[in-house]
This record gives sequence, structure tokens and C-alpha cells, in this order.
Amino acid sequence: MQIAVCLKQTFDTEAKIKLTGDGQIDSAGVNLIINPYDEFAVEEALRLKEKLGGEVVVVSVGPAQVQESVRQALAMGADRAVLVSDPAVAPSDHSQVAAVLAKVLQSEPFDLILSGWVAIDDNAAQVPARLAEKLNLPQVNMAVKIEIGGGKATVTREAEGATEIVEVPLPAIITAQKGLNEPRYPSLKGIMQAKKKELKLLTAADLGAELGASQVKILQYSLPPARQAGKKIEGEPVDSARELARLLREEAKVI
Amino acid sequence: MWVADEQQRAMLDTVRRLCDRDIRPYVQEMDEKAEFRREIFNRFGELGLTGILIPEEYGGLELGYSTSTLVLAEIASVSAAYAVSIMVHWLCAAAITTFGTEDQKQEYLPRLASGELMGAWSLTEPNAGSDAASLRTAAAHQDDGYILNGTKSFISNGGAADVYVAFTRTSADRYSGITAFIIEKGWPGVSFGKKENKMGIRACDTRSMIFEDCYVPTSKRLHEEGQGFRVAMTMMDAGRINNAALTLGIAQGAMREAVKYAQEREQFGKKIGDFQGVQFMLADIKVGVETTAAIVARAAYKKDHGLPVTADASVAKMYSADVAMRAAENAVQIHGGYGYMKEYPVEQFFRDAKIFQITEGTNQIQRVIIAKRMLQGEV
Ligand SMILES: Cc1cc2nc3c(=O)[nH]c(=O)nc-3n(C[C@H](O)[C@H](O)[C@H](O)COP(=O)(O)OP(=O)(O)OC[C@H]3O[C@@H](n4cnc5c(N)ncnc54)[C@H](O)[C@@H]3O)c2cc1C
Repeated sequence: MQIAVCLKQTFDTEAKIKLTGDGQIDSAGVNLIINPYDEFAVEEALRLKEKLGGEVVVVSVGPAQVQESVRQALAMGADRAVLVSDPAVAPSDHSQVAAVLAKVLQSEPFDLILSGWVAIDDNAAQVPARLAEKLNLPQVNMAVKIEIGGGKATVTREAEGATEIVEVPLPAIITAQKGLNEPRYPSLKGIMQAKKKELKLLTAADLGAELGASQVKILQYSLPPARQAGKKIEGEPVDSARELARLLREEAKVI
Repeated sequence: MWVADEQQRAMLDTVRRLCDRDIRPYVQEMDEKAEFRREIFNRFGELGLTGILIPEEYGGLELGYSTSTLVLAEIASVSAAYAVSIMVHWLCAAAITTFGTEDQKQEYLPRLASGELMGAWSLTEPNAGSDAASLRTAAAHQDDGYILNGTKSFISNGGAADVYVAFTRTSADRYSGITAFIIEKGWPGVSFGKKENKMGIRACDTRSMIFEDCYVPTSKRLHEEGQGFRVAMTMMDAGRINNAALTLGIAQGAMREAVKYAQEREQFGKKIGDFQGVQFMLADIKVGVETTAAIVARAAYKKDHGLPVTADASVAKMYSADVAMRAAENAVQIHGGYGYMKEYPVEQFFRDAKIFQITEGTNQIQRVIIAKRMLQGEV
């Protein structure tokens, strides 16, 4: 079973986001990690490989520093990796990222493509769907359980507070939701072995990907306004209930 | 802490995640109950930590002291007790690596590397502490082996560990009458005393080890008869480097908590970190941490490159223990009354730090070693 895992490097979940003077994100000194949802995907790929044999290939797009996260996936047990590192690819342009990933995934046969359902930095959840479209593959989103057999995948997925069980023929793209598994950490031995595993660095041109001009431009980021202090309504229940209803209607405008 | 090497950074990341998930949530409870959990040690094994210093041909990772010190500091910044546990395990494994026969290495090292076996170091006796050479546990010749009688005291991992490097007396000669053995828990004639009720590192079991007509075949003797004191001194040089790293970890843990608290707590309408009096304590902790880190790194480098380290190891061990004690004290001070409460980790750091001015040679004994080396011309 050949499994590809698409992985993005993101800020640490505990990172405090700071902005530069011109409204861009200040990444100085911020710890970078594998997007946690992608980490579920890596773990799932490794478990499927342990059960069914085959190979796990990690695929990523991003600057050279992404190598550290890719190495971490190799240290967890993935077999090899492809990283497309090219300043021409705008990370915020999901169509470009998907175009590049599609080229990599077309360059060899895969039975299954896994990724997280969303990246915790831009929360866009765009790339897997675009990829499915470009590769003309079925896609199942937010998997909490994946079973493989007889050339198809049976996937339990989260759907609006319920779960849904879907069956898709392989190859397919399946995205991971929290709860799919508990990712392992790389063992020290895994970390040492990862150094010797193949990590192929490519550019968009190497892949013959047609990028065109980026269609997305980030003008400016702004931080959410600081939370205002709450309001305490005092008095007799009858009065305070009336006051609460008035505030909800006139100030908060929610009823 | 700043670490240049990418591989070491990745390893520390693994250790950090292990500590965050499997140790930190239970640290206070395990301290309170004086409870050692083997499953935590087993996790060290699964991730390869137990075999860091063991050669690759025996199933270890052979990463040397430059890595073992970083790993140990990371563990100690969360739990000094579990750091002690793995540190004495390493000491046991390193002694077998350095002085064991091929058969002994084959028999013990792969399982010590994987963590299937847990190791310990059994030197101290009720009447032989700083003066280790005065030990009296007797090993008398019998058949093709020895009969051991006597009591060892304050053995970390005692009763929990499976394999012990134990030191005995085979003749009256003060130094050349000492002989080391590999002893397994469960052998007839080996038993353990009650769990000591300690001030700190409470989650690491400390017990006495009792030999009563315990037969040990010669094949379990570590190195030549009469070479035990050399074995002990050689291993403790290296051991002290790890010991220094461990206390560095306590200082780092105390620093982390102190900074966090100084940024949160408000008095007089300001964060207490805005007061210069608090800033000075923070800066003192930082200076202690950074100087210790440099001294430990240098000692580890020397050790990994086969250079003599006796004085360096003693300097590092002594200095680091004092720094940790002082850092923990300052961290408690910065926490005010809350620092005196068990809800805050600094209370435990403070109690944990003290033992390291005492074990593996008290700070007075370290000074004796350092001065002796100086007067012998090692200036
Ligand atoms: C929690 C704990 C864990 C331990 N773990 C282990 C272990 O795993 N394995 C093991 O073998 N041992 C272990 N020990 C024993 C430890 O190494 C000894 O306690 C230590 O070496 C000191 O010996 P002592 O307690 O007999 O003190 P003493 O030697 O009696 O010292 C008492 C005081 O006298 C001072 N002193 C003694 N001689 C001199 C001198 N020449 N000059 C100046 N001052 C001097 C000392 O510095 C100290 O202040 C452990 C002890 C504890 C408490």
C-alpha cells in the first residue's frame, strides 16, 4: 500500500502571535511544528503501513525550514519525503499549493492520500478539496476512523455532531480529524534513522507545475480586539431578568 | 535552552512531549504518595532514552554525554525523581560497558538499553558514605564464587531496579580490597529494606539493600578482584557530569515557573515582574542556569572526547547543585506564600534540589577532589 501524507508546518499551538508594524505576522522566535491535524494523518499512515505493508511518503510545500518538520515525520517512521521549496509558490495561495502538491502526487502511484482536514494557522481547509478536484479523486473529510480492505476505504467521519460511515474506492483523499488516533512521538532511534532517509527537495519548475501569478495577496493582519470585561446585572430576579433581556436585545442585538 | 544541533533539538522535543504527557500531570501526586511508576520508566525505554550511553553493538544509541546531559536536564525540569531514576540506570549500564566482560555485556546491555531491565548503583553503606573506601559488605570466596553479607544504604531505584552494580570487600586492604559485582534482584540472599521517607525526589524509590549469605558466581564479578574502588571512582567522574546536568534541569524548571509567575501575579497594581527586586532574582537564576549549562557542556564534551574530566566533573556537580538550590529558593521567593504550597511546582523543586548537594559526593567532598587535583598540578 503506497500512502502519501500531505503535511504543513505551522506555528506552535502555544505561540503568541505578534504582528510587525506593517501588519504582517512576526515569526521571529516562534516554535514551528507539524500542523496537529497533519500529525494525525502521519500517525494513521504509519499504522496502516504497519498493518498492510507498503510505504509512507511525506509531501510538503514551504520554505527550507519545513525540512525540520518533515524530518520529524520521517523520525516517526515515514519512509521518505518530498519537499517543494520554491519562493514562487505563495503559501497563502491554496490553489498554487494544491497545484504543486498535485504534481508530486501524480509523479508516482498512490493508493491513499492522507492529510489533516485543516491547518491551524489559516484555518482555510482548502488544499485537500482542491487536490481531490485536480486529481479527480473521491474525498472524505474529518475522518475519526479509517478501515482499508478490498480496494476500498470505510471511513467514519464527523458530520454536524453525528458520525457518518462512508465507503470510497481507492485511491482516495481522506482528511484527519482529532480523535482519529494519538500520534506517537519520534523515538531517539527514529530521529537518528531519519537523517539517513531520502528527503527530496524540488522546485515548482522541477515538477513542471504551471503556477501563474498568485491570486491571493495578504494585505494586512490584525489581532482580535482585547476582550471587554463582562457586565454583572444585580438586583431582584424579576428586575435583573428584564434588564438582561433588554441588554441582549438593545446592546448585544442577539434577540 | 539553546541547542545548536538539529538532531539533539528533535530528541529534546520528544523528551519534552513525553514529560508533558506522561509525567507532569502526575508529578505532585507521585511526590505526595512517594510513588515510583515503572510505566514511566518503560516509556523512557520505548523512546530509547534508557540506552543513550550504551554502545550500538549492544542495542544502545551511543550518543554520549553531550546528549545524555541535555536529556537529563529536560526530564529534571519536570521531575527530578525520574531523572535520578534514569541517571542511576545509566550509571549501572555505563559501569558494565566500561568494565564488564564480553559475556556480561551481551547478557545485560541489550536489555538495559531497551529498558526491559532497570539498573542501580549500590555503593554507600550505613557507615561508609563520603568515606566510601571504608565499606564493609563482605564477599568471601566459596566454590567458584563468593558469599556476600552486609548492608548497603540509600540505594536509588532500590527494590525497583532489576540489576545492581554493588561494591564489596574482598580483603582488608583499604583500596585494593574492594570488588564490584553485578547483582540481580530476586537472587537468594538479596533483599531490600523499607522505602525511605524522604524530603525530596520522593517518586524515586530509595531503599537499603541487604545481603545474607548471598552466593554470587565469579562470572558476575565486574572487573578484577580488588579493582572495585577504581571502578567506582572512574564511573563517578562521568556520573557527576550527569548529576550536574540533572540539577541544571531543576534550575531551568524553577526559572520557567518563576518567569511565568512574575508575568502573572499583580501587586500594587503592577505585575510583580515590574519590580526591580523581583527582576534581580530572575536575573540571578538566569546567570546560574547559563553558567552551569556552559560548564556542563564543556565537561560532557571532554568526556565524549576521552579527555580527563575528574576536576571538571566535580566543579560542574558542585556548582550546579548550589545553583539549583539557589534558583529553587529564589523561585519560591518570587511566588511568595503560594510558593510554599504544594499546588505550585516550585515547592517541589525546592525540596528536590537539596539532595544533590549531598549525593554522589557531598559538596565538601567535591571541593576536596578539586583542590587535590589543583595541588597535583592540574591548575
Ligand atoms: C536520596 C538519596 C539517594 C542516594 N542514592 C544513592 C545511590 O543510588 N547509590 C549509592 O551508593 N549511594 C546513594 N546515596 C548515598 C549518598 O551518596 C551519601 O549519602 C553521600 O555520599 C554522603 O554520605 P553520608 O550520608 O554517609 O554522609 P557523611 O559522609 O557522614 O557526611 C556528613 C557530613 O560530613 C561532611 N564530610 C564528610 N567527610 C568530609 C571531609 N573529608 N571533609 C569535609 N567534610 C566532610 C559531609 O560533607 C557531610 O556534610 C543516596 C543518598 C540519598 C540521601
